[in-house]
Amino acid sequence: MATKRDLNINVHHMTRVEGHGNIVVDVKNGELKKAELEIVESPRFFESLLRGRPWDEAPYITSRICGICAVGHAQASINALEDALGVTPSEQTVKLRKLLFNAETMQSHWLHVFFLAAPDFFGAGSALELVGDKPEVVRMALRLKKLANDLGDMIAGRKVHPIAMKVNGFSSLPSPAELEDMRRRLVEAREDMVATVDLLKSVDIPDFSRETEYVALRLEDEYAWIDGGIRTSDGFDYDLKDYRRVTNERAVPHSTAKHTAHNRESYMVGALARYNVNHALLRPEAEAVASALGLEPMCTNPYMNSVAQVVETVHCLENSVDLIDEFLGEGLEHEPRDVEFRPGRGVGAAEVPRGVLFHEYEIDETGHITEANCIIPTGQNLANIEADMRALVPEIIDRDKGEITLLLEMLVRAYDPCISCSTHLLDVEFVD
Amino acid sequence: MKPKVGFFSFTSCEGCQLQVLNLEEQLLDIAGAVDLVTFREAMDPIDRDYDIAFVEGSISRESEKVVLEEIRSKADVVVALGACAASGCVNAIKNHFTSEENLREVYGESARYYDTIDARPIDAVVAVDYYLRTCPITREEFLRLFTSLLLARRPYDPNFAVCVECRLAENICVYDTDEGEFCMGPVTRAGCGALCPGFGSACIGCRGFIEQANFESMLQVMEDYGMPREDAVNRLKMFNAALPEAEGVK
Repeated sequence: MATKRDLNINVHHMTRVEGHGNIVVDVKNGELKKAELEIVESPRFFESLLRGRPWDEAPYITSRICGICAVGHAQASINALEDALGVTPSEQTVKLRKLLFNAETMQSHWLHVFFLAAPDFFGAGSALELVGDKPEVVRMALRLKKLANDLGDMIAGRKVHPIAMKVNGFSSLPSPAELEDMRRRLVEAREDMVATVDLLKSVDIPDFSRETEYVALRLEDEYAWIDGGIRTSDGFDYDLKDYRRVTNERAVPHSTAKHTAHNRESYMVGALARYNVNHALLRPEAEAVASALGLEPMCTNPYMNSVAQVVETVHCLENSVDLIDEFLGEGLEHEPRDVEFRPGRGVGAAEVPRGVLFHEYEIDETGHITEANCIIPTGQNLANIEADMRALVPEIIDRDKGEITLLLEMLVRAYDPCISCSTHLLDVEFVD
Repeated sequence: MKPKVGFFSFTSCEGCQLQVLNLEEQLLDIAGAVDLVTFREAMDPIDRDYDIAFVEGSISRESEKVVLEEIRSKADVVVALGACAASGCVNAIKNHFTSEENLREVYGESARYYDTIDARPIDAVVAVDYYLRTCPITREEFLRLFTSLLLARRPYDPNFAVCVECRLAENICVYDTDEGEFCMGPVTRAGCGALCPGFGSACIGCRGFIEQANFESMLQVMEDYGMPREDAVNRLKMFNAALPEAEGVK
C-alpha cells in the first residue's frame, strides 16, 4: 500500500565513489516525480585534447582520464591504435596484457568491495572506522589490494598511469625472480579469498530485482577482458567496429552526461553484466564462489554487482597463477616494438572493472589524430542506474527517509561508478 | 594535538588520492598520526575544519575557485597534490583552444550553458605552501612530505633535472636504446627517482620544468632523434601547457 507522502532526497557530492555526483529524488503526494543521478564533475574535453596530437601520445593522455582504470584506458587506446595501424601484437605481449588486466580488475574490485561498499554493510562511514571492530578484515583488505597493485606495478611499472604499456609491446619486462615472488604471494592469497567469501556470506545484500539488458565483450573460449566481439543478454552480437550500434549515445535534458541505450530503455555493463553474459567461461574456482554466494545467471539484482566482482577476482587470481607459470616455463624475451606507420581509423575496447570501454581514433597521413571518441562504462550505466532508482523508490517508499537514502546510495555505489571517467566529455551543471 | 587533515579534489582523475589509498602498508599509521576529517573518495566527512589541506586537481571552473579560496582560508598549510594541482597537467592542453571552441566541439549548440575556464594550477588562484608534482604522485614523495610536515621540517623539492636521478639509478639513457622514445628528462624537475626511464620509457615531463631549463637544446635533441619541431614543442607542453615558462617555447 503506497503512502501518499512527500519525500525529497538530495545527497550532494556522495562519498565513497570516484568523482562528484548527486542523488536527487523527489516524491510528491506518493508519486515519484524525479529520480536522478546528477553528474557534477568538471568537463575535461579529452576528445578535443587528442586532436592534432601524434598518435603515440594517445595512451599517455587518455590514461589520465581515470586514476582507477588507467590501465584500462591505456589498453583500449593501444587496441584502437593497433587496429588503425594494422599491428598484431605478439602472443607474449597479449598474455602480459591479460596478466596486467587481472591486476587492474582485482585492485579495483577489492578497493570497491572492501573500502567503498563494505562500510555500508557494516554501518560505518569508512573502512578506517572498521579498524576497531574488524582489524583483521581491514588488514586483509589492505594486503589483497597491495598484492594487486604490486602485480600491476611489476608489469606496467606503475598501475596508476602505466609506464611500460606500449603499442606492440612493453618497454620493460618482469624478471624471473619477480615472477616467482609474485606467484608465491598469489597462491598465499587464496586463503584470504576464502575469508572474503565467508565474510560476504554474512552480509545482507538488499533484495531488489529489475530486468534489463546486459552488455559485455565476448570470446568463445575464454572470459573476455581485452579482446572479443560484443554480446548482449537480449541475444545480439556485434563486431567491435559496430560498437555505436550498441551505445547509441544521446543527450538527456536533466543530466549533463550523455546516456546510452540499445534494445531497451537502458543497459548495464560491468561485473554483473560480464557474469550474466560470460559465466560459462569462468574458472571452476570462481564458479564455486558464485554458487556459495548465491549468484546465478541471469541475476537481475544490481546490488549483486559487488558479489560478481568478488567472483571475478577469484577468476583473475587463478588465471594469474597460470599465466605466471607459463612465463616461468617459457621465459620472457625482449621483443622489438617497431611499427610501420599507416594512416587510418581504429576501434579498441576493453572490459575495464566497471564495464566495456570503447576508444576510436582517426589518424591522418602525418600521424596526427584528427578525431577521437571514448565511450565510458559509467556513462553507459547512468540510464540503467536511474531506471533502477525509479523502480526501487516505489518499492521502499514506506520506509524512513534515512533508510531510503542509504539504499539509494548503496545502489549507486553497487555500480562502482567512476564519475571522473564519465565526464571526460560529458557534462557539468548548468549555470543558468 | 594531532593536526586535522583534509583531502580535496577538483578537475582531475582522482589518481593522486588513489595513490594515497595505495599506501597499503602505511595507511593505518597515516590515519593514526593525524585526524583525517574529510576524504570524499574514501569516507563520509567527519569535520569541516582542518589544518592541512591536500588539494588534488586543476581549477577549470569559476565555481571551483570559490571553493578553493574557502579551503585556503581555513587551512594553515595547503599542499598541491599532484600534477593537476601543481602545474595543470593534461587538463591545460585545452587552453590552446579557446574555451568557446572547446565547448562547441563537445557540446554543440548547448555550449553556452557550461561553466568552464582555462585549466590552471591551484597556485594561480591561492598561495600554495608545498608541492607534490608527479602525475600521479609517487607514494614515496607523499610519505616524504607527510613526514616532513609532522616533524616541521622543510620538505625536499629538488630543482635539478630528472637526468641526475636517472644517472644515479644507473639506467640506460632511453635515447641510446633506439626504441623511439623521446625523453624530456633534461628539462624536467627531479623528485620521482627517474621512474619512467627506469622502465625503459621516456620522461614525459609531468613534474614541470627546472628553473632556467634550456628548452632550445631540448628541442634540438628531440629533432635530432627524428621528432618534427612542432610535435616536440607540443610534447614539452603535454603536461605543462599552463606553466608560464612554457609560453616562450615555440
